[in-house]
Amino acid sequence: MRKIKYLIICFFIFANCWSQKQIPGDDQNKTILLYNAKIITGVGTVVEDGFFGFSNGKIDHLSISKPEKKYDLEIDLKGQHIYPGFIALNSTLGLVEISAVRASDDQREIGTFNPNIRSIIAYNAESRIVETMRLNGVLIGQITPRGGVISGSSSVVQFDAWNWEDATIKYDEGMHVNWPNPYNRPSRWSSGSRTVTSSKNYLDEVNNLKNIFNKALSYNSDFSKKLDLKLESMKNLFNGLQTLYLHAKDQRQIIDGVSFFKSLGIDKIVVIGGDEAHQIIEFLKNNNVSVIASHPHRLPSREDSDVKEAFKLAKTLVSNGINLSIDVRGGMERPNTRNLPFFAGSFVGNGLDYDAAIKALTINPAKILGIDKDYGSLEVGKSATFFVSKGDALDMKTNILYHAFIDGRELELSNHQTKLRDKFLEKVSRNN
Amino acid sequence: MKKLSLILFFTIQLSSFSQEYFPTNIDIKSELKTYILIENATVIVSPGEIIKDGSILVKDGKIVEIGSDFSVPNNTVKYDMSGLYVYPSFVDVSSSFGTKNPSNTSRSRSTEYKSSRQGYYWNDHILSDYNTIDDFNYDEKKSKELREFGFGVVNIHRKDGVHRGTGALVALDDKSNNSFRILNPTSTESFSFNRSLQFNQAYPSSIMGAMALLRQFYHDLKWYEDGGSTSTDMAIEAAIKNYSLPKIFSAGDKLNVIRALKISDQLGFKSIVEGSGYEYENIEDLKNYDNTIVVPINYPKAFDLTDVHIVEKLTLQQLKRWNQAPSNLVQLSNNNINFAISPKNVKNSSEFFNNIRKSISYGLDSDEALAALTITPAKSINMEGKIGVIKQGAYANFLVTSGPIFEKETIIFENWVMGNKHTVKNVPKNSIDGDYVFSDNGSKYELVVKNSQGKINVSLKKDSIKLNVKSVVKNGWLNMSIVDKENELYGFISSTINTNGLGSISFTDFEGIKKNILLKKSGENTEPVKKIKKHDQYELIPVSYPNKAYGFKSKPKKQNVLFKNATVWTGESDGILENTDVLVSDGKIKSFGKNLSFSNVKVIDATNKHLTAGIIDEHSHIAASSINEGGQNSSAEVSIEDVVDHEDINIYRNLSGGVTTIQILHGSANPIGGQSAIIKLKWGEKNDEMIFKDAPKFIKFALGENVKQSNWGSYNRYPQSRMGVEQVFVDHFQRASEYDKEWKKYNKLSKREKNKTIAPRFDIEMEVIAEILNKERHISCHSYVQSEINMLMKVAEKFGFTVSTFTHILEGYKVASLMKRHGVGGAAFSDWWGYKFEVNDAIPYNGPIMTKAGVLVAYNSDDAEMSRRLNQEAAKAVKYGNLSEEEAWKYVTLNPAKLLKIDDKVGSIKVGKHADLVLWDKNPLSVYANAEKTMIEGVFYYEKDNIDAQLKSMQEEKNLILSMMIEAKKRGEETVEPVLEEKRIYECETVETIL
Repeated sequence: MRKIKYLIICFFIFANCWSQKQIPGDDQNKTILLYNAKIITGVGTVVEDGFFGFSNGKIDHLSISKPEKKYDLEIDLKGQHIYPGFIALNSTLGLVEISAVRASDDQREIGTFNPNIRSIIAYNAESRIVETMRLNGVLIGQITPRGGVISGSSSVVQFDAWNWEDATIKYDEGMHVNWPNPYNRPSRWSSGSRTVTSSKNYLDEVNNLKNIFNKALSYNSDFSKKLDLKLESMKNLFNGLQTLYLHAKDQRQIIDGVSFFKSLGIDKIVVIGGDEAHQIIEFLKNNNVSVIASHPHRLPSREDSDVKEAFKLAKTLVSNGINLSIDVRGGMERPNTRNLPFFAGSFVGNGLDYDAAIKALTINPAKILGIDKDYGSLEVGKSATFFVSKGDALDMKTNILYHAFIDGRELELSNHQTKLRDKFLEKVSRNN
Repeated sequence: MKKLSLILFFTIQLSSFSQEYFPTNIDIKSELKTYILIENATVIVSPGEIIKDGSILVKDGKIVEIGSDFSVPNNTVKYDMSGLYVYPSFVDVSSSFGTKNPSNTSRSRSTEYKSSRQGYYWNDHILSDYNTIDDFNYDEKKSKELREFGFGVVNIHRKDGVHRGTGALVALDDKSNNSFRILNPTSTESFSFNRSLQFNQAYPSSIMGAMALLRQFYHDLKWYEDGGSTSTDMAIEAAIKNYSLPKIFSAGDKLNVIRALKISDQLGFKSIVEGSGYEYENIEDLKNYDNTIVVPINYPKAFDLTDVHIVEKLTLQQLKRWNQAPSNLVQLSNNNINFAISPKNVKNSSEFFNNIRKSISYGLDSDEALAALTITPAKSINMEGKIGVIKQGAYANFLVTSGPIFEKETIIFENWVMGNKHTVKNVPKNSIDGDYVFSDNGSKYELVVKNSQGKINVSLKKDSIKLNVKSVVKNGWLNMSIVDKENELYGFISSTINTNGLGSISFTDFEGIKKNILLKKSGENTEPVKKIKKHDQYELIPVSYPNKAYGFKSKPKKQNVLFKNATVWTGESDGILENTDVLVSDGKIKSFGKNLSFSNVKVIDATNKHLTAGIIDEHSHIAASSINEGGQNSSAEVSIEDVVDHEDINIYRNLSGGVTTIQILHGSANPIGGQSAIIKLKWGEKNDEMIFKDAPKFIKFALGENVKQSNWGSYNRYPQSRMGVEQVFVDHFQRASEYDKEWKKYNKLSKREKNKTIAPRFDIEMEVIAEILNKERHISCHSYVQSEINMLMKVAEKFGFTVSTFTHILEGYKVASLMKRHGVGGAAFSDWWGYKFEVNDAIPYNGPIMTKAGVLVAYNSDDAEMSRRLNQEAAKAVKYGNLSEEEAWKYVTLNPAKLLKIDDKVGSIKVGKHADLVLWDKNPLSVYANAEKTMIEGVFYYEKDNIDAQLKSMQEEKNLILSMMIEAKKRGEETVEPVLEEKRIYECETVETIL
């Protein structure tokens, strides 16, 4: 019996079983209708036993009633669930292949201020880790550089591509700033512990950061200047074309950072991390700041903290009206990004509303990234970027994917790992 | 007056000591030997034993007579101490006075594995041949300071190395020389858990390594003594010579104190152990020992509370310690634990006595405080009756004070050491307080002297008009300068000091005419010395279990519990039972079934809830103070059981995820790691009580990148390739098997033959590895790629045993059938991969494929965070491997129990097994599930519903203590900048150093 089940899974994912890498799906040339599925739209609505049609990469039908038009392929999904493709924010997927192998690491450049750095050109569309994302429903990612105080700009990619150019949904949509740390946390441990103090350099570091932004502001309002790559690369922050991502956990960082950037006239500010965001709700609301909250699979910040602290953050933010998405940064972040649906599930297990959790994986990030016209929800006219799961995609037991599509292209769901699985299942079945 | 200067003369003469048999060339040989008599004093012979109007007769630095009535030889110099108190000078047994701290050697880039000394023990951190006295340098500045603290004799040790060699007993007598003041050049031996700063040899790199090293050293000592060695080892020889000396252990934090006691006990030494100052937190553990603990009294200072961002992050433990530490001594005393007081890290004598007074205000008996400074330390180094006491035959070391020693107003005037007087405070010993009158030039002067033994306060009136006076006591005279503002005139008064007040005065009047006038005392001070108001004692916050966040106010008790109407995941052939009741009695699962009912049990309605066995984590690194001993490629001799940290907050966090039992594994820094500890997460219980009773013995092995040190600095430790890893195993097993044979052969000898034969060398490492060969210890081996997994199975088969568990086992699916054949289980991650080269082929289907091939599989954490949600990890076996929920659940309960060979006790819900149970609000495999209650052996150690109340009560306690700190600052107590303390989270790869 179990063997048969394996075969069924295999059957769904069988295309090109032995190729070295996944081959990107071909453009949609047949119209497809999926019916009898539970459709979770990503904008807070659920269509039970719905009809879901798409052609030329766009959704052209979504309702509880059968379309009049006849589709080339009409598939009965019998109670399976359809979700918009989940979006991973603040990800370094494709920038590092194996953390411990330095040669495969391209996530950070040296130096403190690197606004001119662009993550997209280093993005490896063929990363084996990226391949594994889609099997859990993670189909889009914001590829983000790390390091320094200004890390550089991120771009949005979809996870089924030949190369970075082909992968890109949106270039250089955001600039990433790591606000200086108000605490001094020595990197050396002495007999299993260390002492943390208020940083003596905090103000200096903040002033240095402010300095480069002030310079960039004046540079970009002067038209007779000599080209300065760094300052030039910051211009879209001031004209609203680029979002400023403020990486900040501590409440002081958030308040100091948001206040400063607002004072420069930068309006699109999103906080990444925000471990203490729940302590400054009013401030965030007044400044209309969204939070990409640290994911819940982290330890409480202090030994005195609520043991469930990390799990409760999302609920507190959402119930206070803060726009929530989920940060995938953390331990083993690239391989673990496929657990993004379960980060959301863990939040739900600790009080977050299910719809809000889905939004945090779909429409909210799409809006932050400025790709919500096409992505982030299932609505007629939008891109057919979605997946079909056996059941609830936020729960491990039922997050079992049968199909996934990006822009109407059916994705190969096999990957390096499923190939190894199949190879060695064969060995087991031969009893040797 | 004449008499006084005569005495002065004699003292000077006496101080120029010289040894009888030394020639003299700068003067004629004059050896004037006189007796010294201290008379009319209140003599505190020892705590509680007081002689009023007592006298002490001293000769040659020793007390020859004591009492209130004895005849005095003619050649005696007498000191009248009327109204004064005489106490024995204090003794510190753990001093570093006059020792030379070695400087830190520059670290070479590559790690050193060999010792750098020849003719000594194989490990550089064993410095048993070192004698502190060889580098001793009498430090007059420091000795003056210590005498102000009241100390007369200190036992000194250089603080360097694991075995620190010998210390010396030194009297703080500035007025003689080393020939007299060194009372014993080799008085004690000392140990620590810290490496020597002088040497770079990598081993030991951890506390557990230091412990193992000490054990091995003393095994080697015995063997050497028996003639087992053919070579010379001067370190061992020194230790043999000094074997019977009292031992002192520099421990460190409070857990290390217990470790020091434990290992001393194992070595057969009743070591004096340097305490942490927080002994009250684990007093139950200490009660098992009757060693002397040398306790510091540098109590935490109140925090300055201005930096709100730091203040709000202070932990309950930090705050509580400020509140509770002053009660440490009284708690030790109440529990009959021997303790001595150490001046370590106390800034000055006023802080020292203040803190002793603080202890007394918390209930410590002042005689006990005195004992802790005198007879207890003296006894601990076998110097009872010689120091720390005023007794015939004892060294003449005593303090002369104005009153009872621990009273706030009391002044220590003199600290006599070896019969030599050392002035501590140069103020009149006799009270000259009083009102004096004299007349001059038709004016009447009224002189009022107050508080003459402390800070002298003098006021002077001329015909009832107050004059401006400055006063100072110098060379036994009270000198005053006077300003008569009205007449713009100056004058000077100088007065001698007699035993009962001021004598005659020299008065240089305002015209500059010198006169000698007799003073007349008109009366004692009308106003007594103002007593400084005793501070209200702060409310003492009770100790909790553990004494920090989430500590229980009182230890939770075993309960008889009936879970009603639960969905019960038995993990046995009964499968998952709906609407079932489970009875827990006396810590065991008593019965389960439908509609059970019992009296006298706590009934818990578990309707719509799921009851499972507690989760078992086969691979954890929480709850340990140390995880890797990477100083050698095999460290089988070290044991995690030595370094369990039963107060790690991650224990509580794990309970919140339904975990009840964990195996704390040694890290993966070397192919043969250390022995593991299997513990139950009994939050709040004593260290020893967490150890899983009757669990089999395990050891960690490791393969792959970590043991080859691929991802960190070292390039010179063997092995650097997987090929070498195999050879390390073969070599060790081969040697262990020969070792075992040799011992077995020896043990078979008759008693007579044994007497004629030298026993083989006892080697802890080989003992442990031989246990593996004898199937008394099981291997849990950290493993990645298939080649190495296969290799270890082959090595094991060659030596005739079975590997118990491959932990991590990322490529187990590739060799599942081989594993099945060998009989080894796999404890894997559900979906970790991609973090290093050797995990490229790790797949989330690994566990289920191994299961399919018939291998016993568990999922483990290796991670303090993930361990709290192993239920979710188990669910991934359903997602990736299509396993039934029942089977998936066994991945984190019954299967790890089987791997650890404790499945007869835990791992499933079966009558007779331990009541280690978790009540979940939903199907435990669901991402939405939360553990509501976690029980171990019938005790609820975690209840989700209590969290809010716990957090609230923690916050209230913190607020209370913070308000006390604000009060403390108002009272003018010293405050310090607060800092946050963070504890390191250990992983397999965490490499520590113990400097």
